[in-house]
Amino acid sequence: MRRRSADGHAPAAFLWQALILIAVLAGGAALVFNTLDNLAARGISSGFGFLDDAAGFGVTMSLIPFDETASFARAFVVGLLNTLLVSVLGVALATVLGVAVGLARLSPNWLLARIAGAYVETLRNIPLLLQIFFWYFAVLRTLPAPRGSYALGEVAFLNNRGLYLAWPEAAAGWALAIGLCAAVAVAWSLRRGRRGPAAGAALVTLAALGWVFSAAAWERPQLAGFNFTGGVTLIPEFVALVVALSTYTAAFIAEIVRAGVQAVPKGQVEAADALGLNPAQKLRFVIAPQALRVIVPPLTSQYLNLTKNSSLAAAIAYPDLVSVFAGTVLNITGQAIEVIAITMAVYLSISLGIAALMGGYNRAFALRGAAS
Amino acid sequence: MRILCAALAASLAITAASAAATLDTVRQRGALVCGVSQGLAGFSNPDAQGRWTGLDTDICRAVASAVLGDAKKARFVPLSSKESFTALQSGAVDMLTRNTTWTQTRDTALGLNFVATIFYDGQGFMVRRGVGVDSAEQLDGATVCVNAGTTTELNLADYFRARKMRYTPVVFEKSDEVLAAYQAGRCDAYTTDQSGLYAQRLKLQDRNAHTILPDVISKEPLGPVVRQGDDAWFDIVRWTVFALINAEELGVGQTNVDGMRTASADPRIRRLLGADGRAGANMGLDAEWALRAIRQVGNYGELFDRHLGKASPLMIDRGMNRLWNKGGLLYAPPIR
Repeated sequence: MRRRSADGHAPAAFLWQALILIAVLAGGAALVFNTLDNLAARGISSGFGFLDDAAGFGVTMSLIPFDETASFARAFVVGLLNTLLVSVLGVALATVLGVAVGLARLSPNWLLARIAGAYVETLRNIPLLLQIFFWYFAVLRTLPAPRGSYALGEVAFLNNRGLYLAWPEAAAGWALAIGLCAAVAVAWSLRRGRRGPAAGAALVTLAALGWVFSAAAWERPQLAGFNFTGGVTLIPEFVALVVALSTYTAAFIAEIVRAGVQAVPKGQVEAADALGLNPAQKLRFVIAPQALRVIVPPLTSQYLNLTKNSSLAAAIAYPDLVSVFAGTVLNITGQAIEVIAITMAVYLSISLGIAALMGGYNRAFALRGAAS
Repeated sequence: MRILCAALAASLAITAASAAATLDTVRQRGALVCGVSQGLAGFSNPDAQGRWTGLDTDICRAVASAVLGDAKKARFVPLSSKESFTALQSGAVDMLTRNTTWTQTRDTALGLNFVATIFYDGQGFMVRRGVGVDSAEQLDGATVCVNAGTTTELNLADYFRARKMRYTPVVFEKSDEVLAAYQAGRCDAYTTDQSGLYAQRLKLQDRNAHTILPDVISKEPLGPVVRQGDDAWFDIVRWTVFALINAEELGVGQTNVDGMRTASADPRIRRLLGADGRAGANMGLDAEWALRAIRQVGNYGELFDRHLGKASPLMIDRGMNRLWNKGGLLYAPPIR
């Protein structure tokens, strides 16, 4: 008879696992050191020192101040933030659209269900890169040049260089933020049935918004030379990428939502009907809590896919991490192994982060479900 | 994503292989593998039959005929600019003939050697006619379409920064998309090497509505690249290029090369074509290395005319690329 340790595993199993772990680590170390030796032998410089050097190139869109004198490390941050921006927006839009289409496909309304079905079958069966090109080039070609811009008053201009919007200057920006927070507080208080705080917050909202829209200074886009300057610009690359990523992923999410809803036992729905719940109540109290448990795990995969697919940005000149860092920086410095290693580590971290968040959400849900 | 694969392959290849002599590898394989562009008229571009044509591809063919005896033994691998150096470093290609600009960093820090300049180029701008721009100095505030991962991107930044002018770069991975975006009006100007602008303009339907500005904002010496540390191979590629330039200078061309071999009394020609001297043997090749290269692809002047100059749709003026004794910069050391 074998001896077993307190938790029931044979000691030999630990030994084997330890040996395998050591072998894997040794193999990895050999790979790294051998690569470094060979790089040195061939006169190819290596290391991460290049990150402090001046970048010397410009980017189309940056969430933080960036110019040619900034370092490669800052270029990395610019690319990373642009990737995160597209991913977060894409995930949010894809979720909203996907849930709507998924529910529409289950609708008793024949026309609505067929339209949703056609949407899903079309978008998920065309390669994403083609869809990105479609949104980019098809839309770009139909828009006018800056001098013939579509204008909405003096505050919004649309042309083939992007959408230009008036934007409040710094002080007004803060006021706008305070106003929005206060508005959220109003909604929250009202839902909890507390009138006093709600009224107070409503006053703050009105005051802040009123000041922003009347007195505060707005920076308006002006046509100067080749193009508009001032205000805030949504570049076509960004719009095309967000639209393509979210409509494509929404098709998959719609199917996941449909599967989740259909996985709810029929008896539950009939019981809800028997209790006299209206359709909205039925969805909110009976179907959604049970469907979500089926939906969340595959939904996580779709979020991960969307984030990774955002690297197709390089094809249409959206300055994401792959375009700026694994593209321009890689070629300027020639440090292919370092740059690609960093880039892969970033995508891995983002993906693990999303997986962890969704995993936590899923566990919270599963526990509540199990208690019922 | 191809770059990820390329880098992974590179790290594996760099890990696995020690640098073998390129000449032996090429002979064993029976083929010479050259990295070329993904399609640039005049330099390396697949024609209607799918055959790669251009100045760069013919330089590769010249080396193939010098080393392997047959220009048809050249094989071509299209590479984006950011893949190209990794592909060469890792041994996926034997050399680059990929309109690559010779710069200090590339020559020193990447384990590569630039062999010779086969085309003196410079960066320029293409704009639409009728927007009132006739000099690059008037491009303040312009949006400029450019290829990713090129010296072009840096020259563009330097040019505008030095003049305190503002600009917005729109950076694409492939030249075709740069052109498509420029055509769709996304950009006010398209910048790349001047030769590239002439080549790309040919692809526009309304090509006469576009003009290439006279300003040249950079030095772009283009030429073949080999791995550092294989001097024998470096010499072979370099002297094949020099042989083609010397051939033009000496009046030896595709049509008269065989006659010259026997008839010419000029010792310079006799040495070039292997009638006298040991030029081939010095490099581990046979005596007729240069003769074959000239017979199969032509001398430098013939290559230029066929692909870039007056016999080509590009109609690029020879300018700086004339021989040294005709007012240009092309100067090959003597074969003796």
